[in-house]
This record gives sequence, structure tokens and C-alpha cells, in this order.
Amino acid sequence: MNESRFRQLLVVGFAALVVAIVGGLATAIVALPTEATGLAPNVEQQLGQSGAKNPVTAVLLNFRGYDTMLELTVMLLAVLGARALTRGGIGDDPYTGLRMSPVLDGFVRVIAPVMIVVAGYLLWVGGHAPGGAFQAGAVLAALGVLLHLTGVAWSRHLSESTERWLLIAGVAVFLAIGVGSMSAERRFLEYPSAWAKWLILSVETVATISIAAILLALYRSGTLRYTFQTKQDVKGTGR
Amino acid sequence: MTYAILYALCGTVLVGVGFFGVVICRHVLRKVIALNIMGAGTFLVLIALARRTPGTLPDPVPHAMVLTGIVVAVSATALALALLRRFHRETGRTELDRVVE
Repeated sequence: MNESRFRQLLVVGFAALVVAIVGGLATAIVALPTEATGLAPNVEQQLGQSGAKNPVTAVLLNFRGYDTMLELTVMLLAVLGARALTRGGIGDDPYTGLRMSPVLDGFVRVIAPVMIVVAGYLLWVGGHAPGGAFQAGAVLAALGVLLHLTGVAWSRHLSESTERWLLIAGVAVFLAIGVGSMSAERRFLEYPSAWAKWLILSVETVATISIAAILLALYRSGTLRYTFQTKQDVKGTGR
Repeated sequence: MTYAILYALCGTVLVGVGFFGVVICRHVLRKVIALNIMGAGTFLVLIALARRTPGTLPDPVPHAMVLTGIVVAVSATALALALLRRFHRETGRTELDRVVE
């Protein structure tokens, strides 16, 4: 039997296996009860003291706040990994100083202030409707990507240590509040319900900026050239 | 059958498509994309099953978990792409070693 025939057989066999797995999963889902309350009643019962009117925000930042803190930690680890692999520094962006396109340029001029306002709105509205830190952070990060594509060298004004502080700010504020709540003889990240709204809002504000910085850093670790290869190239083409 | 179940079934199909891609595709970038499709399927199942509450509001806990999951998936994808770029730079290849020769 030649190699390609063997591979074909393998692919077909594996496809059959996947179909069987999907069939099994589908059967399991159909067999589930059609009505299930899950944890919705518990959330609804506690929503009043959570400091947020949007149940998803209440879960993310109050009831399961440590999940969100660990999620920010995971993002931070991803940035560290990507940085270590691409060995980029903050000044090594190949796009800085390049004019990509006049259309993009004009578009970004119009859209940039709107995006900042939208991010702020999403952050605020997260308290009582869909929205929140992650959505707002994603919008800000998208703005950062657009600015980099147009060659606006705004991040040159950020020192490397400032950028690092921005990256860890989200986790840091979570930890600070967690330790603070423990020192007030409550459990980790257990907010007093009178302060909950403002604690959540401040965590979300810092987290928004931190998430934007992290997403942007992840994006840029993909666009950065390898420093040992291209210091020369960057100077040649860009500045 | 409710809409929620229909969406959940679509999610299982996405999981299957993604799993197939992860194993069968040779190009690592395709594997990464397939893994993302698989993740999207999982998220769809979770979101759909959260809608089985009797009231008008879905169960918020799976929603919060999926929101967390999406962000983690984005970060993991970025890390995978960074790994792929480095792998390509070091070896000049885009495919991993073959298990079956």
C-alpha cells in the first residue's frame, strides 16, 4: 500500500470517529432536560447586594471575581510568552513612521475619538446591561492596532516600565482589593455591599486599560521583527 | 426541540469540525484556526444550554465563563502564533514532524 492511499484511509477512518463523537455529544445534549435553571436563581437572589444590575457583570466581578483575576493573569502569561519568543522591544515596531494608506489615515482620524467614547460607554453600561471591561478593552486595543497601522508613533512616548505597569495594573488592582478585603476580615475579594458598585467600577476601569494594553502587546509581538535580524531593516525602510 | 438545543447541536458540529482540523491539517496555522473553531463550538454549546431557564433571562454563570473563555482563547491564540513564527524562523518549516511516515 502506498503512502497517500494509507493517509486517505487514515483520514476517512478519523472522520468516522469524529462523526461518532459528534453524534455522542448531540445525543447527550438532546437527552438533557429542556428546562434547567442552573445558577440563575442564586444569582438573582444575590444580585441586589452585588453592586451591579447586570447579572453577567455581577458574576464576573463579584461572585466569581477570582476567575476574572486569574483570567487577567493568563493574559499576562501569554504576553510574557509571546514577548520571550519574539524578543521584541517597544521601539522596534516596523510600522512606526510608515504611511500605510491615506484612506486608513483619514478613517482613523475620524474613528479614533469615537472609539474612545464607545469604550467609555461600554465600560459604564456594563453595570446594568451587556458591556464591561473586556468589551471596552477590546475596543481600545482595536484603536491601538489602527493607530499602529497608520504609523502614529504614540507608544514612543510610553517608556518600557510604564508599559509594564499598564500590563500588570489589572491583576495588581484585583490583588490589592482582595488583600484589602481579607485584612478587613472578609474573604478574598468579598466586597462590602455598600462599596461594591464603586469597587467594581474601579476594578473594571483599571482592567479595561490593562486588557487593552495586553491585547495590543499581543498584537505587537506578532508584528515586531526579530531584533537580532532587523534593526538595520527597520531603519532602512521606516524612519 | 427548542432553539437553544438547535444552537447547542450546531456547537457540537463545530467542535467536530475543529477536532478534525486539529488532527488532520498539517500546516500549523490551520491547526491553530481549527482549535479556535473547536473553542467557538464549546462556547456555543455553553451559551445555548444557559438559555434553558424558564424565565426570560438566561443563566448568567455560563455567559460569564464564556466571556472569560473567549479572552483566554484570544491570548492563547496569540501565544500560539508567536510560537509558530518562532518555529518557522528557526526551522523554515510550517509543519510539525510527521507521526506516520
